[in-house]
Amino acid sequence: MCLGVPARVIHIEDSEATVALGDVEYRASLLLLNDIHVGDFIILHAGFAIEKVDPKEAEETIQLFKEMEMNGSMETGT
Amino acid sequence: MKYVDEYRDRNLIEAVAREIKKVSRKEISLMEVCGGHTMAIHRFGLTSLLPPNIRLLSGPGCPVCVSSQKFIDIAIGYSRIPGIIIVTYGDLIRVPGSTSSLEKEKANGNDVRIVYSVLEALEIAKQNPGRPVIFLGIGFETTAPATAATIIKAQHDNTPDFYVLSAHKIMPPVMKALVNDGVKLHGFIAPGHVSAITGSGIYEDLAWKYGLGVVISGFEPMDIMQSVLMLVEQIEKENPRVEIQYKRVVQPEGNKIAQQLMAQVFTLSDDEWRGLGTIPGSGLKLQERYTAFDPANKFPVDIPEPEEPKGCICGEILRGLKIPTDCTNFAKRCTPVTPVGACMVSGEGTCATYYKYREN
Ligand code: SF4
Repeated sequence: MCLGVPARVIHIEDSEATVALGDVEYRASLLLLNDIHVGDFIILHAGFAIEKVDPKEAEETIQLFKEMEMNGSMETGT
Repeated sequence: MKYVDEYRDRNLIEAVAREIKKVSRKEISLMEVCGGHTMAIHRFGLTSLLPPNIRLLSGPGCPVCVSSQKFIDIAIGYSRIPGIIIVTYGDLIRVPGSTSSLEKEKANGNDVRIVYSVLEALEIAKQNPGRPVIFLGIGFETTAPATAATIIKAQHDNTPDFYVLSAHKIMPPVMKALVNDGVKLHGFIAPGHVSAITGSGIYEDLAWKYGLGVVISGFEPMDIMQSVLMLVEQIEKENPRVEIQYKRVVQPEGNKIAQQLMAQVFTLSDDEWRGLGTIPGSGLKLQERYTAFDPANKFPVDIPEPEEPKGCICGEILRGLKIPTDCTNFAKRCTPVTPVGACMVSGEGTCATYYKYREN
C-alpha cells in the first residue's frame, strides 16, 4: 500500500485528475497539490497525487549515471 | 514507463556498483527503512552487486507490518458490531489478530471492504446513510495527509457516521528508537515518499546528534545504488549528513499543503508498534476538534489482552536484528497464503519479500 508510482496526468476535473500508468488509467486526488497541469507527472500514492516529478532533476540524475558509466569504461578500457 | 524504465538500466546500475567497490573500505551496515526499498533491493538482486563489507538491513517501514496486534483486535471488534462497515487498505485484512482476522470476519458475513483510496471510504459513507463507516487509517506521513484531507472534506460535506480509527505513524521517532535500542547502524536509506511530504529537515538530528548518514532515496534500482554510494562516501569521509538522492520528487521543504493538513487534523501521541513497543510521540491521533470522527468514544469494544503469534520474530526483523530465514516458521508454517505474522502479509513486508525472491 505504501508504493508510489510516477503517473502522467491526462485529464483534470476540479480536485481530481485522471492519470495514466502505462496503459492503465487511475483516479488521483489533487487535494495535496497546487498547480498541476495535463502532461505533468505526479507520484500516485493510495489514490492521491503526493508530489510532482521534476523533469529537469530526473534528467540530471540519469546524466550523472551516464557520466559514471563513461568514467568507469575509460578506466577499465572497455 | 517514463521515470521507471530509464532507472533500471543494467549497465548504469553496474557502473554505480563499480564505483561503490572503488570507494568502500569500512565494514558498514545501512538500513533501508521503507518496505518499497526492501522490495526493489530483492527484486533486482542488488545485494549481490555490493561488496561484502556493506550490509543492508530492512527496517520498520511497512505500515501493515508495524500495526499493533491491539489495533487489529480492535478493528476486528468493530467489524462484529451489526451495521458497521469497516473500510481499509487491502493488505490489512489478512493480518492475523489474536483470534481472528478481518478477512475471516468478512467471510463470516461482516461488512469489511477494501479500498485503494480513503476518499472511497467517504463515498461508502455517503451511499450508506445510517450505517457507521469506520476507516482504518494506517501508514506514515505519506497516507496521513490523505486521511486528513478526507476528514476535512467529510466535515465540509457534513457526512454523518464517518469515522477514522487512526494508527497513522511518523517515521523519525522509530528511526531514533532503533538506534537508541542498540541496532548497529552507519546510515539510513531514508524513505523517498515520506520525505516528499515532510521534506529533509526531519532527519537532521540523526546526522548531527547520532552521527548517521541519511540519504533520501527513490525506489528504482539505480536510485538505491546511488543512495548507497552517497552513504558510503559520507561514511568513508566521516562526514555524515542529510542528502537527497531522489531530487526529482523530494524538495528540501517537502509538500507544504500536505504538512498543513496533517497539522490541522492530527496531533502527536505515543503509539504502539509491533515488536517495538510504545514509542513516544510516534503516532498521529485526531485533534480534539475532530473527536467526532473518532470511533473510540462512540463504539466501545472490549478486547482481551492481545496475543502475538507463536514463534513469530517479526518484531526483531523490523528492528533489523534478524532476517526472515532465522524464523522457524518461514516458508513452512508461514507463507503469503497462510501468513502467521504481519511481516508475511503485506507485499512490502520483509518476510513476504524474502519469500517471493528466495531463489535469487
Ligand atoms: S516468517 Fe512468518 S512467523 Fe516468521 S517472522 Fe515472518 S511473519 Fe513472523
